[in-house]
Amino acid sequence: MNFRKVLKFPGVSRTLSVLTTLFGISVFVFLVLRVIPGDSITGAFGIETGALTPQQIAELRVYYGIDKSLFMQYISWMQSFLSGKFGFAYSTGVSVSTLTKSSLPVTIELAIIGTVLGVILGIAIGMFSAKKPGSTRDFAGQLFGLLALAIPGFVLSTGIVTIMANKFHYFPNGYEYMTPWENPWMNFQQMMFPGLVLGIAVAAPVMRTTRSALLETVDKDFVRTAHGKGVPNNKVQFRHILRNSLIPIVTMTGIQFGYLLGGAVIVEKIFALPGMGRQILDAIMKREYATVQSSIMIFAIMFVLINVATDIVYRKIDPRILK
Amino acid sequence: MRNKEEKAKGALHYYLQSTSGVVGAVLVLIMVIVAICSIFGFTPYDPVEQHIEDILQGPSAHFWFGTDEFGRDVFSRTLEGMRRSLTVSITAVSLAATLGVSFGILAGYVGKWFDQLVTRVSDVFFAFPAILLALAIVASLGNDWYDTALAIGVVYTPIFIRVARGPVLTVKEMDYIKISRVLGFSSFRILRKHIFPNVFAPIVVQVALSLSWAILTESGLSFLGLGTQPPTPSLGLMVSEAQPLAAFAWWTLVFPSLFITIVVVGLNLVGDGLRDALDPARRSS
Amino acid sequence: MTPQPLLSVTNLGISTVQDPRTLVNNVSFDINPGEAVGVVGESGSGKTLSALSILGLLPRGVGVVSGEILFNGKNLLTLKPEELRQIRGNEIAMIYQDPMTALNPVMKLGKQLLEVIASHDGINGQSDDRVRALLSEVGIPDVNRAMESYAHEFSGGMRQRIMIAMALLLSPKLLIADEPTTALDVTIQQQILALVSDARKKRDMSMLWITHDLGVVANLVNRLNVMYAGRIVESGTVEEIFRRPKHPYTAGLLSSLPTSTGTNRERLTSISGVPEKPWLVGNSCGFAARCSRAQSRCHNEIPLSVVKDDSTVACFFPLGSK
Repeated sequence: MNFRKVLKFPGVSRTLSVLTTLFGISVFVFLVLRVIPGDSITGAFGIETGALTPQQIAELRVYYGIDKSLFMQYISWMQSFLSGKFGFAYSTGVSVSTLTKSSLPVTIELAIIGTVLGVILGIAIGMFSAKKPGSTRDFAGQLFGLLALAIPGFVLSTGIVTIMANKFHYFPNGYEYMTPWENPWMNFQQMMFPGLVLGIAVAAPVMRTTRSALLETVDKDFVRTAHGKGVPNNKVQFRHILRNSLIPIVTMTGIQFGYLLGGAVIVEKIFALPGMGRQILDAIMKREYATVQSSIMIFAIMFVLINVATDIVYRKIDPRILK
Repeated sequence: MRNKEEKAKGALHYYLQSTSGVVGAVLVLIMVIVAICSIFGFTPYDPVEQHIEDILQGPSAHFWFGTDEFGRDVFSRTLEGMRRSLTVSITAVSLAATLGVSFGILAGYVGKWFDQLVTRVSDVFFAFPAILLALAIVASLGNDWYDTALAIGVVYTPIFIRVARGPVLTVKEMDYIKISRVLGFSSFRILRKHIFPNVFAPIVVQVALSLSWAILTESGLSFLGLGTQPPTPSLGLMVSEAQPLAAFAWWTLVFPSLFITIVVVGLNLVGDGLRDALDPARRSS
Repeated sequence: MTPQPLLSVTNLGISTVQDPRTLVNNVSFDINPGEAVGVVGESGSGKTLSALSILGLLPRGVGVVSGEILFNGKNLLTLKPEELRQIRGNEIAMIYQDPMTALNPVMKLGKQLLEVIASHDGINGQSDDRVRALLSEVGIPDVNRAMESYAHEFSGGMRQRIMIAMALLLSPKLLIADEPTTALDVTIQQQILALVSDARKKRDMSMLWITHDLGVVANLVNRLNVMYAGRIVESGTVEEIFRRPKHPYTAGLLSSLPTSTGTNRERLTSISGVPEKPWLVGNSCGFAARCSRAQSRCHNEIPLSVVKDDSTVACFFPLGSK
């Protein structure tokens, strides 16, 4: 059996392409962070670095493994990453996997809440808008889409925090973060606003996609057939029109989920949530190579996995795509 | 066949007919004028000048947008911030468009391994949320405005690769291009005469949309403390500085936020208007 | 006395909603129970719009502006949406030109068929069998597999058979067919025509068949209406129209038809010029510009329909008159 035949097996070429992408990502992440001026020793010791003798610095470099060639550094990072430890934070000595174990669930919860809210909001407003194109309600729907796209998440978050804290004296994020298992009610209150901010960001493009997909589908022949069969209007709307518009909506949602991981950086900072975004931001400020590298790598893996998932959903909702 | 001038006129005519396109153009124009005012120092005050007697004053005839906690004029700072945002974004998008379109057209036209390589590398870029990638790059480059521009430019390059490559692939397979090749026209001539006109419209639309995203990314970065450093104003930084003040000095938060929103809304409307004006298929209705 | 018609269209006028453009003007015709009626015309003559207006399926931006459409004595144009819905697919069913786009691409065919029953009678234990019976009647080979398949898995002819099964499912009193064979190969066309013809006779169903091809309807319908530029220019029995066409346009259509018997010794002719847009006709005969018999009156006056022998014709100078 030759190589070309192997490639034809279902999923093989897809898996290969995902692996190449992941490899590319790891090299890219690794290289970008090598350019950071100053190294992690200055990052860890700050101004005290000046007090170290060249001898001590050299020893520290050996200790942290940054005296080796770039290639060897990459290999040792990959070894550590693939072994599940993801490397160590220089300043504290805690392994990145320990950090991630507590921060990843926060970000995933946030991302799921944001996506669910965004999809519900986006599809609802898109349907509301498409019902009567050109009308006042369409204008209102489109204005929402535009503003949700244009108002930055940090502005929205700052606004919400200011109003809630000062007018209503309500700021659940002022308390220590609680996981859903420790205190579900507190966790809900802490996740509610950041989830909403992310949801609005997701809703904007979902709304626009929904609206245009619906408007395109409404005029399709099979919709006329459905009406001609005497199918009740609400069933035509959902079973035929919305169902056929789902393909672009799913694509858009998949893309947005990725961006949402980025949005998490800002939202987690403002709402003081100990998630991946904050972990990366803190690590960047402290020049913790390993933490930044591994955390970004985890983000990228999640993103790639979401693309694969989107693809699978795709095949489910569009039978025309060859299996 | 209509000549180029008529085509351009036609597109402009259609553009001016779309209300949202015109509104968008006006909003963007206002922001550009505001930014130009700041370049030539036509601001009421020096944006970093501190008026110790006028700390946290509300909007007034003296300070149109009020003052911040150091008594600096919020209006002058907002204009300066808008200028920085636009400078960074325009530089970044020019870079991304030049690089992306060149690589995209070449990849689509040359095909084979080169196309594979370019597509793979773009895929790698697409696997990161834009702001995260920009964050990492800015962190490693530095905080000057051109560092931010470079970071955002690099991040948005793959979008232009994708936008330029798609139409090239389609056009390349069309009969008239195949015939041109058979007739022995040079690749350059085919690219210039047949392929570039076809990728032009989607690129122009993409430029408008990317500018709006670049502004959001730039302000996001400076909000997080990367990029512009205090006391120099930038819109994102101003929002970040306004966080503790907003409760009793709303103007410190509202005006910079409003400016970001206006310019992003404007650019999106311009993008929509351009899309409709440049796409003959959408005109018919 | 003639029996009460099943469907009676009177003075139907259709036009665009914005900057009104007339698309169909003053169209009247009847369909008696059990009768098959054809409407023939070029694209743009308004034949499809007339057919779609019966079930209220006109595209967005186009609407009925005058006339009435009586079905069993009820005016379909003034029915409440729910009342009209109960007639659609149940008492009047329709088949369409392009069976690829007329079927939902992402819904299993079985489900699309069952949807007709669900919308009217409601699903019960026998529903699946009813669908299977109909699918075999229209000549689908593997019925069980077909029900689990999607439209793109079938050929054009098979898709049209499925559309026909869908239309016949509730044994409608009237079947409207909008050029259902246009998109098909000639041999498949013949099969579909035979299929519809048999199914109609078996059910004693009335039919309205829209086509641009006189040859298709010759053996299929009892009476014909010829449409031109939004108006009916001639109507009568098939025999009468084929034997003695009275409108110059009908005559033109017939002489452009190849005959298998070879009795037509003249060369095939085509009508010169292009069809006029209905909204540009104004106060004239729409065909005047292309008509060899036209005189000044034809350019300044709209000819009214007059009864002549066994048919009606809207022409000042019909053929066969001195």
